Amino acid sequence: MLKAADVPDLTKDDLLGFYRQMKLIREFERESERQYTRGNIKGFLHVYNGEEAIAVGAINTLREDDYIVTHYRDHGQALARGMGSKEVMAELMGKATGCSNGKGGSMHLFSSDLNFMGGYAIVGGQLCIAAGIALAVQYRGDDQVVLCFFGDGAVNEGEFHEAMNLAAIWNLPVIFFCEHNLYGMGASSKETLVMWDSLHEMAAAYGMDRYEVDGNDVLEVRDLMQRINADVRAGKGPAFVVARTYRLRGHSVADPADYRPDDEVQYWESQDPIPRFRDWLTEEGIATVEDFDEIDASVDEEVVIAAEFGESSPWPEPADLYDGVYTDRPTEGIPT
Amino acid sequence: MSVITYREAVSSVLREALDEDERVFLMGEDIGPYGGAFAVTQGFTEKYGKKRIKDSPLAESVIVGAGVGAAMAGLRPVVELMTINFSLLAMDQIVNHAAKIRYMSGGQFSIPLIIRTVTGAGASVGATHSQSFEGMYASIPGLTVVTPATPSDVIGLFRSCRELNDPVLFVEHILLYGTRGEAPSVGDYRVPIGKADVRRSGKDITLCGYSRMANVAEQAAGILAQEGIEADVIDLRTLRPLDSETLVNSVKKTHRALMVEETTRIGGFAGELVSQIQEDAFDYLDAPVARVAGAEVPMPYSYPLEMAAIPSVDAVAAAARKLVNGS
Repeated sequence: MLKAADVPDLTKDDLLGFYRQMKLIREFERESERQYTRGNIKGFLHVYNGEEAIAVGAINTLREDDYIVTHYRDHGQALARGMGSKEVMAELMGKATGCSNGKGGSMHLFSSDLNFMGGYAIVGGQLCIAAGIALAVQYRGDDQVVLCFFGDGAVNEGEFHEAMNLAAIWNLPVIFFCEHNLYGMGASSKETLVMWDSLHEMAAAYGMDRYEVDGNDVLEVRDLMQRINADVRAGKGPAFVVARTYRLRGHSVADPADYRPDDEVQYWESQDPIPRFRDWLTEEGIATVEDFDEIDASVDEEVVIAAEFGESSPWPEPADLYDGVYTDRPTEGIPT
Repeated sequence: MSVITYREAVSSVLREALDEDERVFLMGEDIGPYGGAFAVTQGFTEKYGKKRIKDSPLAESVIVGAGVGAAMAGLRPVVELMTINFSLLAMDQIVNHAAKIRYMSGGQFSIPLIIRTVTGAGASVGATHSQSFEGMYASIPGLTVVTPATPSDVIGLFRSCRELNDPVLFVEHILLYGTRGEAPSVGDYRVPIGKADVRRSGKDITLCGYSRMANVAEQAAGILAQEGIEADVIDLRTLRPLDSETLVNSVKKTHRALMVEETTRIGGFAGELVSQIQEDAFDYLDAPVARVAGAEVPMPYSYPLEMAAIPSVDAVAAAARKLVNGS
């Protein structure tokens, strides 16, 4: 583990900011599960509990003009990028005030203002899109990086390999970031992914720089990503990062996750990134119980406000149904 | 006015796009020094360089997906899928992503991407290389599907497609590259998206097709005219958006309609045309709307069998004759 002296560039406010973001994601997800149970959120709901250190550690190393592309378990990255908890919660509820006016839902969060290029729900597809955004950066001669998240399940998709090869052969400024949580929905990656225990080495086949990191340690993730960003921004080509982590909940809220061995779950509960970081902040003498209490209270308040905002927001109008299919024309088949 | 080939028309609009707009780049399999599987991009790498003429790996998903990403980030990519058969390998990107990102993002991101591809049978290339999936893509909200059948439509439609801000499937036909036609005389000539072409005017029957089958329908109309049967011939030119108004108005005038298409009859796009005619012109019909379509088989390799599977001029003329004469 890093010591406080290893991160001299981070102030107390920065560090407590990371804690707050992680805590916000956790409490936001708890609230979204509550709202799902109450029927206010429908369809799929994939919560991010247990993986908060990745979104917070990685995204906080980006510049405002860098790009993020991600998967369907996307609430954590959206919040870490600075999307409003109100607009995200309203989107989960399908309300007109949602970040995509309720058209996208939980799995498809977007923010053009934040270069948050979307959550993608067909596993693996977003890697190809990320390569294309990186291609645009390279084409223009700019120095942004593209950070693309996916899970270990995506590594078995053909699109993973197509995107990895293209990014490598064209030296594109993209970081392929695998949240290795050991499961592709309900199947253990130990049963489905031959390289599950040395996954980063998959990138050797593409001659790509590759890294493995403790995905439950926010400072380790941040430290690694700062170094990788600098390399990618300097034109050294794409990188592949594997962060070892774990879903503390099931694949979706419909999944009790009883296929997972008790000892495995217990181990990873002991590695919960939020208590780990809180303990570290305490042991390093950076924060006190009072600091945490204050942050926790403000997070609780923010989440309550987000839920109230979502619940009290209006539904989209029926007339909105046909809006936005095309940029330049109405869509076909509108009843007259 | 000059006469050019369909291939030259495609090449010319691609060069024009590259010359006029720095945001345009081409990406696809073998489009570089090889010059393209259909010799459309010969000499392009020498002229425009590797930055703008990107020879891609054989990886259709990332060809389209990288086009989607580049378009989201502000470029105007023109990607090539060597044939529409290979588009199946990119269907996730076309259908799940390109077509839906604008709507799913509440209009935050547009995808100004042109996907050029090649459809059609008749080239003796067997079952896996002779399919016509453009009608299937026309069923997807969010896509625009364009099927030019003449050099001037290639030019006019491509220019209009470049002015769109949404994903387009620009579908060329494998047998048309060597065909000739007059190049448009006006420099800024455009063919509007979603506007059918009435190739020929007649009072007795409406023949409607798209891509190469529009030409087949027009040739059949020539034969029918010698027999005293005057046909309206409609080339749809765009499948989505569909110009059903021109089609329906024609049927209201002729009272008989025959749809011609190359893909299989079951689930083909002609079924949609028939539906729209019966919805909007039922009372005008003097006969059931008929179809001539591809045979319900994987395309055979053997030449006479393949010809038997594709609508011919004679088959179209015979079906029209039967509709008009009742026998």
